[in-house]
Parts: sequence; C-alpha cells; structure tokens
Amino acid sequence: MLRFAIRRVALLVPTLFGLTLLLFAWVRALPGDPARALLGERATPAAIARVTEVYGFDEPLFSQYFTYMGSLLRGDFGESIKKNEPVLTAFLDKLPATIELTFAALLFAILVGIPLGYVAGRRTGSAADAGAVTISLIGVVTPVFFLALLLKYVFAIQLGIFPTVGRQSARSDATHTTGFYVLDGIINGQPGAAWDAIVHLVLPAIALGTIPLAIIVRMTRAAVSEVIHEDYVRTAEAKGLKASLVNRRHVMRNALLPVVTTIGLQLGLLLAGAVLTETVFALDGVGNYLYQAIRDRDYPVLQGFILFIAIIYALVTLLVDLSYGLIDPRVRES
Amino acid sequence: MSHRHLRRSVMLAVAGALSAASLVACGGGSSDDGAAPDGADAEAQCQQLADADSGEAGRDTFVFAASSDPTTLNPFHASDGETFRVSRQIFEGLVSAKPCTADPAPSLATEWETSDDGKSTTFTLREGVEFQDGTPFNGAAVCSMFEYWNNQPAGPAQTEDVTYYWISLFKGFGDKSIYDSCATEGNTATITLKQPYAGFVASMSLPAFSMQSPAALEQYNQVEDGGDPTSSEYGTAHPTGTGPYSFVSWDRGQAVTLKANPTYWGDKAKTENVRITTIADGKARTDALRAGDIDGFDLVGPGDIKPLQDEGFDLVQRPAFNVLYLGFNQKIPALADPKVRQAIALAIDKDAIVSQSMTPGSVPAKEFIPEVVNGYNADVKTYDQDVEQAKALLKEAGQENLELTFNYPTDVSRPYMPSPQDTFNVIRGQLQDVGITITPVADQWSPDYLDKIQGSEDHGIHLLGWTGDYNDTDNFLGVFFGAATNEWGFDNQALFDELSSARQLPTVDEQTPVYEKINADVMDYLPGVPLAHGVPSLAFGEGVKGFVPSPVQDEPFSNITVAE
Repeated sequence: MLRFAIRRVALLVPTLFGLTLLLFAWVRALPGDPARALLGERATPAAIARVTEVYGFDEPLFSQYFTYMGSLLRGDFGESIKKNEPVLTAFLDKLPATIELTFAALLFAILVGIPLGYVAGRRTGSAADAGAVTISLIGVVTPVFFLALLLKYVFAIQLGIFPTVGRQSARSDATHTTGFYVLDGIINGQPGAAWDAIVHLVLPAIALGTIPLAIIVRMTRAAVSEVIHEDYVRTAEAKGLKASLVNRRHVMRNALLPVVTTIGLQLGLLLAGAVLTETVFALDGVGNYLYQAIRDRDYPVLQGFILFIAIIYALVTLLVDLSYGLIDPRVRES
Repeated sequence: MSHRHLRRSVMLAVAGALSAASLVACGGGSSDDGAAPDGADAEAQCQQLADADSGEAGRDTFVFAASSDPTTLNPFHASDGETFRVSRQIFEGLVSAKPCTADPAPSLATEWETSDDGKSTTFTLREGVEFQDGTPFNGAAVCSMFEYWNNQPAGPAQTEDVTYYWISLFKGFGDKSIYDSCATEGNTATITLKQPYAGFVASMSLPAFSMQSPAALEQYNQVEDGGDPTSSEYGTAHPTGTGPYSFVSWDRGQAVTLKANPTYWGDKAKTENVRITTIADGKARTDALRAGDIDGFDLVGPGDIKPLQDEGFDLVQRPAFNVLYLGFNQKIPALADPKVRQAIALAIDKDAIVSQSMTPGSVPAKEFIPEVVNGYNADVKTYDQDVEQAKALLKEAGQENLELTFNYPTDVSRPYMPSPQDTFNVIRGQLQDVGITITPVADQWSPDYLDKIQGSEDHGIHLLGWTGDYNDTDNFLGVFFGAATNEWGFDNQALFDELSSARQLPTVDEQTPVYEKINADVMDYLPGVPLAHGVPSLAFGEGVKGFVPSPVQDEPFSNITVAE
C-alpha cells in the first residue's frame, strides 16, 4: 500500500511540472498587453515601456519561465500586478469563500439528490421516476451562469426573498476570524451574522449544486434500482423486516458506495463552476478573483490560482485513488 | 499671484444657484416631473446641495458601494477613482476643490502666493492641525512629503503604474524631476520648481498629493529599491492623514471601514462610521440599493436612472468634467483629408447622441475640454449637422463610396461613455445617411480595445474619451494632442509646439488666451469630433442627506447623515 501511495504521489510531480509549462504558455498567449491593462487610458508609450521593463514582460519567454520556476521552487508564487498582494496570500484569503460555497452546493446536491434518486430507483417507470430523470436532465444541460442569473432575477430581484449579492449584508458588523462566515458567526456568538451568511449562500449554492445534483440523482437511481433486486434485499423483505429498516440497512448502504465516490469527484466541477457563480453573485472567492485576473491579464494571479486549484484537484483525485487502493487490492497491485 | 482668480465655472455655479429654487428641495434633487436636468441644471443642483443644510444625525453608519477595491491606501501610489474615494475621507491636501467646481480652494493651506516667474509657491499652513496619529501638521511635514514623493525607490515605485501623477506632473524623480526644493519658515512652506508650472497649485488638490503623517510613513513604509510600495504595511493597514475620518480596517475585496476622527480640525463628521463596500457589478449595486443593503453608489447605469427616480431614490448628478469624442486615425488615407473629416463632423447630430446614449444631464461638446476648464473658447468653429453639405464634401474629396472601420469598446461604462454600443449605433446610422459604409469592430475594453486604439495603427474612426483630474487645460489637450500618437496618426508639429509652449507659461492668466487660441486651432484642424460631456449620476437612499458632488470627485462624506 505504501509503495502504491508513493508511486501515485511521485506521479503528481511531472503532472504539476507539465501544468506549469502549459499554464505559462497559455497565459502568455492571451491577447492584450498586461502593461496597458494596468495603465488603462493613461498608458503613454513611455509609461508602457517603463512598466514592461520593471515587470520583466519584455524578457524572452524561456527566461521568464525559468525565473517563474525558480521563484516557485523557493515557495514564492509572485505578487498580483493589479492588486499588489502576494498571490498565495490572496488565494488563502479567497479560499474560505469558495470552500463555503462548494460545501453548501454539495450539501444541497446530496440532501436533494439522494432522496430523489432513491424514490426514482425504487419506483422505476413511475411518474416520480420520470420527474426525477427530467430534473436531472435539466440540471445537466443548464449552464451554471444561466441558472445563476435566472435564480437571482426571480428570487432576489423580483421576489426579494434572498439577497442579490455578497456573502453577508453590507451593513453587517460581523467579526471574521476564520474567513468562513457561517462558522465565524457561530464561534463568535453572532447567530444573526451566521444566519445572514447562510441566507446569502442559498441561491449561489443551488446554482452551483444543480449539476452535481443531477449526477447524484442518476447515480443513486441506477444503484438503488440495481440493489433492490439483489437476493439479500429480497431475503430481508421475506424475513418480514420493516421497509424502513430494509432501506436503511440493505438498500441505501450498498447503493451509496458508488454515489459517495461520485460525490468526491464532483469537487473539480464545483471549483470550475464557482468562477461563474461567484461572478454572478459577487462573492469574494477564488473564482471571482480569477475572473478579474483574466480581465486584467494579471499573469502571476492566473498562474498561481490555476496551479493551486490544480493541486487541490490532484490531491482529491489522489485521495480517491488511495481509497480505491485501500478497498480493492487489485488496484494497488496493478 | 493669489488664488482669487475667478473662473467661468464659478460664475456658472452662482448663476446655477440662483435658479436652484426651481428644483425640489430634497437630498437628491430630481426634478419635479422626473425629467432629467441638462448640464446647467446639474451644476445648479450641485450648488443647491452645497448650500443646503445636511439632515439631523440618524444612523451611525453610512454604507457606500464602490465599483472596485482601492489599489492601495497610500494615495500617492494610486491614480484610480476608487482609491481616491477612500483617500478623500482620510486625507487632505494643501488645497481642495471649491464646491461644484474644479478650482482650488483652501484646505490645509489657508492661502498661497506664487512668484512672478511661476517657479516658487509659498503656502500659509493652517495652524493647530494634527495627523490622526497625534503628530503635528506643519511646514516640516509638508517638506517631508515633497522629499518622500521625489525620492521614491527605483523599481515599480518609479513607474506610472504606481506613481502616475508625480511622473506626469513632475516629470520624474530625484534630479530628473522639476521639483527643486522645499523650505519652511514659521507656518509657511515654500515649494520651488526648476521651471514654471502654472497648474502647480491646482494639482495640489489631487488626492495623490495629500499630506500624510511623516511619522507613520517612516514607521510602516520601509520599501527597498525594487520593492513595490503599494503592498507596504502603511499602504495596506496604516494610512494616516488629517481628514475627517480615520482608517479602521480594509477587508480586501469586501470593504474599507472608517471612523470619525475625533481630533479633526474642521467640522466633525456627522455620521460616526463609513463603510465603503465593493460591489463590482453595476446592476448588483442598483439591486443592493433597492434592498437597503447600501445607502448610495456611483456611476448609475443610464437604464437605471429613471426607474430609480420613479422608485423614490435620490439621483445626484456630478457636474461634467470629461469629454467623449470620435477620433480619426489619419494613418487611414481618407481620414488624412480635411474634407473627409469635416464631412464626418457634419454628418453627426450630437443632440441625438446625447439623448439616445448618454446619461441624463449630459451635454453636447463643442471642443475637447469641458466648459469649466481654463481656456475654454465659446467661439471655436462648430459643425452642426448638415447632411447635404457632408455629402457635397465627400464628393469633393472623391470619397462618395467611403468605407470606414469603426472601432468601439464593449464591456465597459465610463463617465463620458456610459453605453458605447448605443453611441456607436447612433453614429453609425448618421454616417450611413451621408453614404459612408461602416465596418464595425468591437473589442473588450481593457486591454484589447485600448491596445488596438492607443498601441497600434490598426483602427479607423473610434470612440474614446477622458475624465479630467484637476483644472488644467494641459490635462485634456496635452493628453490628446501633445505628441504624435498611434491613436490619432497625425504629426502636426505646430500644434505640438503650441501646447508645449502653453504648458510652460508661468501663470494661468497668461495661459488662458493661449489655450483659447489652441482650442480654436484644434477645431479648425479637426483631429476628431468632440461629442459630449457626460454627467455621471450617483444614487442615494431616501434618508441620505449632505452629499455634495464635485466635478473632480472631491467628495468627503463627513457632512452626510442617514435618517433612521
């Protein structure tokens, strides 16, 4: 098992190295001069020349890459050229908002998706099943940004039930210690602030959680409809066990195994979707920061943030792989 | 020379004040019938707000939505409006701007006198003023600031990205700058420049040149050569000035929180706390105001003005201090022909552009500077729409089948250009009416559009503009026509020389007739068509009183009250 783990971790190194190269090339290939993006209408040729020289945009690409890699190896991820803060600090600062959103989206997807998938799986071919499949199809095909705009328009602007933007009311005087606003409200004894943060999370979480929800519904439905025909379920039912007990102990316990794996793999999707959701709802998270960096051609932020997201994704995938290895000896021996 | 020179703007403002009685006496001052006031009314409304008493103290916090975070808290290292909005609360300069005008007014300096050669200016300093850290404001502090500004470390601090205003106005650092020395005696400080600079006193109203506590800078702003001063401890957490509000916290990406300065030398802030929260999206700011999450915001979208007025929100218009123009790239052979340029100018109906694509209150532009700027010439050659004459000129130039590329930006709203797509559509229709075939080219504003217009010859006629920083004609004309550029594609040495000579005249009074002539020359030469002066709007919740707009955004919040 240890050798398997070491092999998988070792594989991460060339993956991340390749990624830095790809990222570097992609970011430099974006049209538009970063010096002009920095200076805006005030860009004179002399000003552009000075900024280009000071920030090293005029260095040969390979030289810029080696400088970048040298800094990376020293743990220096650079500084945002637009917002003047270290990239790592900015990422760590924005990460709690994104994690909070991702967690809320996943929670929504699980709490709604599993019961819906169960009902559909239990009653294959029924109206409930058709409804669940339709919802799941709509969830998969609806773009996140469209759903986000739609939810915002209906529930925030027209009906005024939920706030339109932000993580907390602009008038809130909540104390922030961890950056997770719901948690901050709880640990600082400010239940109003925690509730305010939860209310602000509802629409973004629904928008972001719809695709995982659709996938979870389909996975649960498939697994449940398969498991309920297994001999051990029939035996349990024949023994006269209560239906709820059969469901809990025999159906769901077995059906949820592949669903749990799927949930783990949704993380990458959620991080990608967060860029759009955070932008629509003006949430100050990793995605929104990244969006602004693309507009500003903020090379260090683009390189750093995408690298960090890739590392997180790679680590999650690694954990999933390792858990496979733990569960199934054939994987670690392959 | 004293600061007592009168400007047309002051007269306009006074005239506006006299007619202010026709406006409703509410905090925002939308007109009775809900119709948008024109530019003169915007000035009158401003003067009325400046003269009005603010309301009784109510809520203890005023929440204002900004479109972006400040770039730093040290205003010397910034050039953007959102940074300066925060700076205006914490800091003050030697001079400020007179209400509703761009003219200099006393602030930390009570009066000033400039030598006849235009090189030395002696400021008499306000006495009994303390920085927010308890250290005294005096002549030594003033000289310390000038030395700090002129001796920025090499590296980012010496680029326009960080020190735009110092580089633009003082032309460099150390020996290369036009700053020579600072001397203090009693409660005066005398600044000597190496060459005359008529706009010097007015430029001291820029937030970039605010007075900052030398002690705090020393303690928190240690930056080595090559370092970036915008991320110093001072620039991120310890801004210390003499203004009505003191800094409390900056939650990056979220909000800047300020608290009333208890030792402020002037009238104390009427609302104890100010929170300037960041909401990047314009529509989201509108929604936040409707939801009561914020008390006000700037740059209301053209489509939101009427609905907000109808819903009872107060709309305040900032007097215009910008210009939108249609630029001609003379590297395109047809555009190098004056007859073609005149034909295009005659094809355009500026009133239609203003009414169909600008914010209410905006006015058609006669020349490339707003009326309140020194050197404005009411008698320049004008080009009122005349379709037949435009066609005749095109025929004369042999360009009856003229095809032109028309560049315009997307994904942007500027004070002078709130809706570029709409402006483009109006102009395109007008040009087609005289037989010009238009090929539209749209690009994302930054950096793509600016790259194309300012950084390359790959563009035709195009939309662009400028918002002035302070009352200096060179801040408009010099920026546009001071040298050969990719944007305009012409090389008119006579015009470049005229502007260069005007810039070096020692006094504003001497500059005025020269700039009037230059404005006339520019409109004869017609490098582009000045289209409009945009009037940006701010929106406030019903109970907000005491906000006074300023054309140069010298807008401290200290007089604002928010009813419960």
